[in-house]
Amino acid sequence: MKRSTLGRAFVLPTTAALAFGLVACGSANEEGAASGPTVNGAGASSQEAAQNAWRTGFLENNDGTINYDPVGSSGGREQFTNGGVDFAGSDAYLDDKEVKAAQERCGEGGFVEVPAYVSPVALITNIEGVDSLKLKPETIAKIFNQKITKWNDPEIAATNKGVNLPDTRIVPVNRADGSGTTENFAEYLKAAAPEQWPHEVSDEWPVDGGEAAQGTSGVVQAVKNGSGTIGYADASQAGDLTTVEVGVGDEFVKYSPEAASAVLDVSERVEGRGEHSFAFDLARDTKESGTYPIVLVSYVLACSNYDNADKATMVKNYLNYVVSAEGQKAAAEQAGSAPISDDLRSKVKPAVESIGSSNSGS
Amino acid sequence: MASTTEAPPRKNRVPRRPGDRIFAGVSTGSGVLILVALAGVAVFLVTEAWPALTAPAEDIPGGQGLVFYIWPLLFGTLISAVLALVIAVPLAVAIALFITYYAPRSIAKALGYIIDLLAAVPSIIFGLWGMNVLAPVTVDPASWASEYLGWIPFFAGPPSSTGRTMLVAIIVLAVMVLPIITAVVREAFMQTPQLHEEAALAIGATRWEMIRMAALPFGRSSIIGASMLGLGRALGETMAVAMVLSASAGGITFNLISSDNPPTIAANIALQFPEATGVGIHTLIASGLVLFAITLAVNMIARAVINRRKDFDGAN
Repeated sequence: MKRSTLGRAFVLPTTAALAFGLVACGSANEEGAASGPTVNGAGASSQEAAQNAWRTGFLENNDGTINYDPVGSSGGREQFTNGGVDFAGSDAYLDDKEVKAAQERCGEGGFVEVPAYVSPVALITNIEGVDSLKLKPETIAKIFNQKITKWNDPEIAATNKGVNLPDTRIVPVNRADGSGTTENFAEYLKAAAPEQWPHEVSDEWPVDGGEAAQGTSGVVQAVKNGSGTIGYADASQAGDLTTVEVGVGDEFVKYSPEAASAVLDVSERVEGRGEHSFAFDLARDTKESGTYPIVLVSYVLACSNYDNADKATMVKNYLNYVVSAEGQKAAAEQAGSAPISDDLRSKVKPAVESIGSSNSGS
Repeated sequence: MASTTEAPPRKNRVPRRPGDRIFAGVSTGSGVLILVALAGVAVFLVTEAWPALTAPAEDIPGGQGLVFYIWPLLFGTLISAVLALVIAVPLAVAIALFITYYAPRSIAKALGYIIDLLAAVPSIIFGLWGMNVLAPVTVDPASWASEYLGWIPFFAGPPSSTGRTMLVAIIVLAVMVLPIITAVVREAFMQTPQLHEEAALAIGATRWEMIRMAALPFGRSSIIGASMLGLGRALGETMAVAMVLSASAGGITFNLISSDNPPTIAANIALQFPEATGVGIHTLIASGLVLFAITLAVNMIARAVINRRKDFDGAN
């Protein structure tokens, strides 16, 4: 009997609140029109911190709005080729099918594809009493393939004379979620140690039974919390964990921004994709001294031609800033990326400069 | 009893005031809205999962077809949720009994609040707590268990060195479902007819015997219902499991303390969706459809059990 009055007291305010909520939402959407054109981007979450740095730096001297939605590389490529966003970030260059779609979307002049974000991937370990470790590519592959299971394995000891390796189990840590970092690391293993890494390269980790953790921070946390752990993560997140010196040719290279961006300079550009596409097949198996081959190279995608002239100028200026020494430095400070070399910058500059609009008026 | 006394006057009521009409409309509308929302979810899941259901096996992530993809997920979901319930239900019943029968009034009230407060903690906090606090604590006991209790399949090992195991996921889930089960069961015990309690005490029963004779039979359907509510939450829990559990698709095992665990459906969707493309997306949604069906089935079974038990309730 009491229930009905109670119910009435409840339901009416609730519906009222709902109605108010809807009204509030509606009005919120109409606000916030800033001056200048709005440029929307989407793509790799790896670029998120760098994109934030670029946007902040760029908007200091320019009007307008730049949005970047870190939906993931594949999502970004899809939205870009569908025409949903004006530019995209991607941890991998477009595949043949996507190249066609991008050319269709951008029309005459084709698309612009430039490497803008180079991030070294560090191998991080937490082994009691070990604060430096040198590993050959084959050994790394065997460790992550769970063929070597103890830290004092002769194969590890061979490259680490004088290091007191304990008799503990190796716990490889990998990403649980799909990730460009995984894809790049697997690509490296496949190229540098093909016999020890028979798995197909994809953004999902192919080996079962390792410790799987969510996101870069999850991997770092798992390596830190465990013992005898080894994992791969964005070098900027390595913190004070021991990082592995990776075998390149006859020497061992510790990651550094210069060593990481040096890989792009020894890598081959992929041909036949249009003059403004700078896609690189990374020389993961390089023997070149002083290069660190485990890097994630992330591209920025745009069109050479936009219908709207204001938008075209905005995208062009933004990309110009992104590849500039200043922009690369901002990203290095904010996101820990490795700035691209001057040599590469002068190569990609014409592609960025090509951006424009066939409609002279807006 | 409310329905029998209320029904006749409702028929005879001549003037229907605007308030009555509005209230009837609003409440009917709310009921219909729920059904529409549920149907909407079902339609979405089926249409989005359809491409995966019809796709050739080699296009499904893993390359072995939909059943092979979803089966480990389903296994992980069920084992984590069921074992979480095995821990949580006895605990919840004990807490509810303590609050209603044993605790002094002031403590009972405070304890009730604290338990309810647990329900307000966001699941990502439970995830962080499980990953950074609970997981490291379990490392040593787990390696002890694998050494001395290794013959039990649950503790086969090798023990994880980070503690991010199925065992920790189960404990976190148990803590998460505890408040809802406790709250429902406590309400049921509170309503145990006083006559039954007094009758039991009058024939010389001790307090424990009184609980066994009066409270537990009366609350049985509520305990089952509450368990099913908890199971529903445990089945669908996403964030905490995604953060705590170290999972790989090949890990169909009862082993609770290694790093190689089966993933759960909800956590797997959360982890894989951001980078999924094409058939991969539809496959994930198909796994969501399976979870939807199972949750629905669990709830329907719970209803059936409660309805069947009703006739034997101590209350009537």
